Amino acid sequence: MSFDCSEHLSYKVLHLTGEIDLSNSSKVRRCLLDILNNERSVIVDFSELKYIDSSGMATLVEGLNIANKKGLSLTIAAANGAPLQVLELTRLNQVFKIVDSVSEIRE
Amino acid sequence: MPENSNQSSDTEVLDASVLIEVSHLSSSYGERQVLKDINLSVNQGEILVIMGGSGSGKSTLLRNMLGLMKPSSGEILFEGMNICHATRTELLKLRRSMGVAFQGGALLSSLSVGDNIKLPLRQHTDLDENTISIMARLKLELMSLANFEDLMPSELSGGMLKRAGLARAVIMDPKILFFDEPSAGLDPVTSVELDQLILQLRTAMSMTIVVVTHELESAFAIADRIAVLFDGELVITGTVDEIRACKDERVSNLINRTPREVQVDAEKYLSRLTKGAD
Repeated sequence: MSFDCSEHLSYKVLHLTGEIDLSNSSKVRRCLLDILNNERSVIVDFSELKYIDSSGMATLVEGLNIANKKGLSLTIAAANGAPLQVLELTRLNQVFKIVDSVSEIRE
Repeated sequence: MPENSNQSSDTEVLDASVLIEVSHLSSSYGERQVLKDINLSVNQGEILVIMGGSGSGKSTLLRNMLGLMKPSSGEILFEGMNICHATRTELLKLRRSMGVAFQGGALLSSLSVGDNIKLPLRQHTDLDENTISIMARLKLELMSLANFEDLMPSELSGGMLKRAGLARAVIMDPKILFFDEPSAGLDPVTSVELDQLILQLRTAMSMTIVVVTHELESAFAIADRIAVLFDGELVITGTVDEIRACKDERVSNLINRTPREVQVDAEKYLSRLTKGAD
């Protein structure tokens, strides 16, 4: 697993790569909470994400809750394959705003 | 082609897709041999159903695969590691990648449903409590048990206990889930819903699932392959179609729900019945 950040308009983009599981979701959590604590809306880019377990999903749910409370947004982009199925299985696809790609997000 | 129990398995060169390889496994309770020379593999990502009547040895096979019982002979490799000779520490580590849903749910009666489900995460991870709580609630939602988090196990019905047990079994997103008699004691609708849930878990969570059951409809609905046990012997392992087409009387009797005809030795039977009589 690796993750890095980039900018898109006023958003911070968190790119997740590989597999997010119990062994590394805490690192993603720290990064996500840092972004939100800096009052930035975030796009989580799933395009290179192969697998995400429920600790990863829980991290995103926590992030969304914080974003909502702060009047920010957390959007998932380019969900596909197994991560998309996890979103559907947990019905979180109805909770998160999901877009096809980062570039789809406009101000 | 279906495999039969006489096929030997090559444990030296383990196929990358094989998660568990059971080779020449025999197991006994004291003098009574319960499993006889079982050869069986569990492939990555598949749903393998172990079927058989009562006393056929399926629960014993499950206990052996979990490392809860030492076989009298043979070996079980989990990702290449022989669990029959594993140390306690190795077994504990291994079990973190296994989820087990027992028949009755096996929840701790002194803890709420939520705390039961969170227990493995609190014991085995250093995840933040917020993450743990959301993970538990996600699993409760998945099992249609939202809002039951604060109840005690004694306040749940049998079907709910089973689903709560499943929630705890999958809370760590295990590599492999063992499910003992998922449908037992459930109404038909709940049973079908549980079957669908098992299929979804496999697809979305990339889980390998081993189900022990004697429920035909459930087995046929979820299985990629079925292994049929009879009196401790593995009669056949095959796809649903192969099992349906199997001509072996022991398999067709199971499928057609034909009662077993018990053959008795008349002299010994009479002797047993009249033991101690004048």
